[in-house]
Amino acid sequence: MDWESIFSNTLESAIGRDAMVFALAAIGLNLHFGYTGLLNFGQAGFMAVGAYGVGITVVEFDAPLWVGVIVGIVGAVGLALLLGLPTLRLRADYLAITTIAAGEILRFIFRAAEFRDFTGGSNGINGFARDFTNANPFNGDFELWLISFSATQMWYLTVGWALVLLSVLLIWLLTRSPWGRVLKAIREDEDAVRALGKNVYAYKMQSLIVGGVIGSLAGMMLAISARSVQPDNYGTPTTFFAYACLILGGAATIWGPVVGSMIFWSIMAFTENLLRQLVENDHIPDSIMSGVQVGQVRFMLMGLGLALLMIFRPQGVFGDRREIALTTR
Amino acid sequence: MTETTPSPNTGFTRIRVDAFEDVPEQPGARKPDPILVVESLTRRFGGLMAVDVDHLEFQRGAITGLIGPNGAGKTTLFNLLTGFDKPNTGTWSFNGRPMRGLSAHKVAQAGMVRTFQLTKALSRLTVMDNMKLGATGQTGERFFPSLVRSRWRGQEKAIEERAEALLERFNLHHMRDEFAGALSGGQRKLLEMARALMVEPELVMLDEPMAGVNPALAQTIIGHVRDLAADGLSVVFVEHDMDVVRTVSDWVVVMAEGRVIAEGRHASIVTNPEVIDAYLGRHHGTPLDPAEQERQLAEAQAEIEAELEAEERAREQEGA
Ligand SMILES: Nc1ncnc2c1ncn2[C@@H]1O[C@H](COP(=O)(O)OP(=O)(O)OP(=O)(O)O)[C@@H](O)[C@H]1O
Ligand SMILES: [Mg+2]
Repeated sequence: MDWESIFSNTLESAIGRDAMVFALAAIGLNLHFGYTGLLNFGQAGFMAVGAYGVGITVVEFDAPLWVGVIVGIVGAVGLALLLGLPTLRLRADYLAITTIAAGEILRFIFRAAEFRDFTGGSNGINGFARDFTNANPFNGDFELWLISFSATQMWYLTVGWALVLLSVLLIWLLTRSPWGRVLKAIREDEDAVRALGKNVYAYKMQSLIVGGVIGSLAGMMLAISARSVQPDNYGTPTTFFAYACLILGGAATIWGPVVGSMIFWSIMAFTENLLRQLVENDHIPDSIMSGVQVGQVRFMLMGLGLALLMIFRPQGVFGDRREIALTTR
Repeated sequence: MTETTPSPNTGFTRIRVDAFEDVPEQPGARKPDPILVVESLTRRFGGLMAVDVDHLEFQRGAITGLIGPNGAGKTTLFNLLTGFDKPNTGTWSFNGRPMRGLSAHKVAQAGMVRTFQLTKALSRLTVMDNMKLGATGQTGERFFPSLVRSRWRGQEKAIEERAEALLERFNLHHMRDEFAGALSGGQRKLLEMARALMVEPELVMLDEPMAGVNPALAQTIIGHVRDLAADGLSVVFVEHDMDVVRTVSDWVVVMAEGRVIAEGRHASIVTNPEVIDAYLGRHHGTPLDPAEQERQLAEAQAEIEAELEAEERAREQEGA
């Protein structure tokens, strides 16, 4: 058993690409779901719009990367308006249905052969990250204790985590303000908020836009760090991973989505590495589990872990147990 | 005619001119200074006419009790007037301003604030945050200014002071930092009322503000309702308890099956045969004196309870 590699892989995952990307996605969801009570099941759609906004703008239109970033953000605002205008006046479940469908529709459009000239079809888009790579100030590998990252990794991780911190700052400023108070009140009972003279519809729209834009940043960072946009990275499971991160860390808390994502991906790495070594060293016989099943089994363990969390700590890592108790009254 | 009412909360005696002196006691009666005027308002749910009001005026500065049997359309009328539901036909004006088509938040901003039959405490907000939410025109509630605390800090402070005073008055001050979800049913009613006052309305519409609270607290709430009128607010409230209606309201409007069937002072309402019909059904013969009414109600109640028990027993046997 190589415990050192298990731990180093786990640590690297805690601050690695997936943790960073899903922290961003979950921060956006936190504003939607945690603070406003909006059930957005299409966060992957917002991520896809960010990613393809960058990819298409840079590769097909030869524009610089920063233009692509703006296009991605504007696209996310547009998607939020498109989804929100018809549904935010309706009951909460309509938004859930619409967003989950819209996310899938977007994915199918992006991977459709008909639009291959723009989107690259199921192959996706490559070669749009040159501006980003060229701006890399790091050179040589980075090593610290058990962790090692390449210069490329260091660069996108630095930018990505900086975006995470900026988003956290934004959410903190927003949610401590009277604006955030209105959002939380809408989560509790929107009719009561209406009766007090607040334009609930406008607030829900603002929340959907801001959280969606943060989601699009997650998509951009995923694309830029992988130097490729793959349509199937933006499927519904991506949305639910982001939800898992959020709930793990604690919805409606400032750091919940960030720490939740770090925990989620380190557990994923830990279980995978542990299982793989156990199988390789014949601690687990082939009759129970083979090496190729490690990927599936770690998801089972993750699911079990989440179920246990819901039983013993439903408020997540950072949540306030008193608040959860109130919702069941 | 002048009327003197001892106000239970202040101990002062309130003397005022009776605005209803020349108002005829009949449905649709014109008032000297109406704050809210309703014109041919209807709302249909499928085949059911839930609200069908020809003409109805609410007097400014008065406490109007809105009564009627279950399903009479009182809540639906509230929903229509406050923008929570859309009528099939009809118009209404508040302070002379036409209100039809205005969304609920615009109605509240115009100065007409309602509470709900099923109390809506915002559970995972503190009592204080519930209160602060009620204040209108907050700079910090706009997206970009909210990011800069210095833009809204001063206003927030002023709002907090106003909220403190109201919480004190409604005897909720000791709960200010608790989650509203931790309040008792009665305290939630108080909070909802206090929160509505944060909007600084001219007209408050209370849907059964005393339902389900203990008699002592009901008395307190009655006192608060009176104080609102004493402060110059107009009040419309729905209530089933006739004793309460008698002690608080200056004027009573009776609804049944969507229509306004009677209007007047409490004394004339309780002897009005139409009203008794509406409450006790059409075919009961001669008008009843209160004692007889009480007896019949008790009888009906006993019957219903017996029926429920029989059902319960039947269900238990099925289960066994
Ligand atoms: N959304 C709705 N859909 C269908 N029917 C409705 C709806 N809302 C109310 N009704 C019906 O309209 C009628 C009036 O209901 P409403 O709630 O206004 O009565 P109410 O006078 O407030 O009664 P209560 O004293 O029991 O509160 C009832 O028959 C009710 O069943
Ligand atoms: Mg009602």
